[in-house]
Amino acid sequence: MSAPAPHANGTGVVKAPVYVYELPVRIWHWVNLFAFALLVVTGLLIARPIWPQLDGEPYHLYVMGWVREIHFVSAYIFAVGFAVRVYWVFVGNAHAREIFLPAVWSCAWWKGMWTTIRWYLMIDREAPVEVGHNPLAQAAMFLLFVLGALFQIVTGFALYGEGAGGWSARLFSSWVIPLFGGSMEVHTWHHLAMWYILVFVIIHIYMVIREDIMSRAAIVSAMINGWRMFKDNRP
Amino acid sequence: MAERLQTFYDIMRAQGTSRRSFLKFCSLTAAALGLEPAYAGAIAHAMETKPRLPVLWMHGLECTCCSESFIRSGSPLASDVILKMISLDYDDTLMAAAGADAEKALTEIPAKYPGEYVLAVEGNPPLNEDGMYCITGGRPFVEKLREVAANAKAVIAWGACASWGCVQAARPNPTQAVPIDKVITDKPIIKVPGCPPIAEVMTGVISYIVTFNRLPELDSRGRPAMFYGQRIHDKCYRRPHFDAGEFVQSWDDDGARKGYCLYKMGCKGPTTYNACSTTRWNGGVSFPIQSGHGCLGCSEDHFWDNGPFYSRLANIGAAFGIEATADEIGGTAAGIALAGVAAHAAASAVKHFSAKPKDHEGEK
Repeated sequence: MSAPAPHANGTGVVKAPVYVYELPVRIWHWVNLFAFALLVVTGLLIARPIWPQLDGEPYHLYVMGWVREIHFVSAYIFAVGFAVRVYWVFVGNAHAREIFLPAVWSCAWWKGMWTTIRWYLMIDREAPVEVGHNPLAQAAMFLLFVLGALFQIVTGFALYGEGAGGWSARLFSSWVIPLFGGSMEVHTWHHLAMWYILVFVIIHIYMVIREDIMSRAAIVSAMINGWRMFKDNRP
Repeated sequence: MAERLQTFYDIMRAQGTSRRSFLKFCSLTAAALGLEPAYAGAIAHAMETKPRLPVLWMHGLECTCCSESFIRSGSPLASDVILKMISLDYDDTLMAAAGADAEKALTEIPAKYPGEYVLAVEGNPPLNEDGMYCITGGRPFVEKLREVAANAKAVIAWGACASWGCVQAARPNPTQAVPIDKVITDKPIIKVPGCPPIAEVMTGVISYIVTFNRLPELDSRGRPAMFYGQRIHDKCYRRPHFDAGEFVQSWDDDGARKGYCLYKMGCKGPTTYNACSTTRWNGGVSFPIQSGHGCLGCSEDHFWDNGPFYSRLANIGAAFGIEATADEIGGTAAGIALAGVAAHAAASAVKHFSAKPKDHEGEK
């Protein structure tokens, strides 16, 4: 993909754009959004089937069945997407590793973390410029999203295997259910972890919009076209 | 006690059972275990040649509901199991003997048949205060349990108490009651959970051990897979109403009268592994869901702590003194996140516009 032409912002030529999010990462991001939204809605309905009283021959209706079916299909999409994304950690560009392997061993990373925190606490006037994710975003995405998603995939397939049997029962139910003490505990934790990821989504959407307005780089468009575009030429 | 243990067949013939009745008994037992008809012969052969299995049945902290269930077994009859299949040498609630003579069995049998007897445990030992919360025959139950288990061939954990801990191990568990596998760690333990377990499941487990001289196949949690392999939900006759989305909304509503799914009334069938929906109770007459009440999940670990019984979402956090569902906790967290985001956004806006007064003036 060719780089968009550098453009002027009135104060001179800005820094050249950098290609950050490769196509598979972008597709994964939006597929995730779609699958996760379906998972949240159907998951809440499975926990609390709030529709009005239904009546009639059960074989004419398959309401709970469809809600669960959509949940399972979305879960498969979410899980396969996650697996492909993990593969991309190894073959993608350096930015593909950021949220899976934050560079916590590096001094510069911690220094960047401190700069970012000061920016968010509104101590610093000017936003630090990051090509990829800032260290705080990397940590948040790893702790809240990556670990949360992994937890949901493991507990989700464990619950799925209870009814479906087969490989998910062998690979997940067999050890996850005893680990938590019982099926009910796994349901409860799976439900809690949904909220955990939802809290991430709230913060993520806010931060993305805020940074798009207040920082010195384009944030939202980068997840659409892949290019990080800058608003100025300063370091 | 005879020097050579009598076979089952010896005992049955001595009690006046005809050969014909004996073979019928073998066929019925095979059917009860879900085996193919050819196994009736195997059972007959085993009962003719194998000595009776000595069983010691001990009671710890419990309510005796397991025994109450056991004696109501229809196929095989509990009396057949006790009198013909096993040699029940000790069971303080069932045996006629009492006092020192009765207690002697707990030392005599392990000494006489080391590695050959089965220890069945109903209830569990409390560990706090050196086991002083459960004294039987003048000694802490936990001590006797360890001694008798030391030479056992296998151990059967009857009921939710022995398998998971049940009510006396529910939070805050003042007596530190523990399931028996926390005390007996070097013997195969068959967990037969339930409060109580189904009578036919109890006698079925014993019949299996006696017939095949080995333990039934256990699942990853130590329960016989043939009885605990599926959830109540998987074989529930109301399952079509669950899939349809037809639920009982409140007790005695129209849905309840039509026999709709009890999911929203807190039925624990979807998270409970047991044979109630297939074997049913009292000789197959009924089971809780069939009589219009949800499953309480009595054969599951921590079932007292996973309440309330009449709500789908379990309470969490009882250990910290607060009880809330996942939605209450998660919804609060999401609310805090939203409030934080709104506050930060407001502060950012103030900062953004107040920090550049000169720029704004310059633009004018």
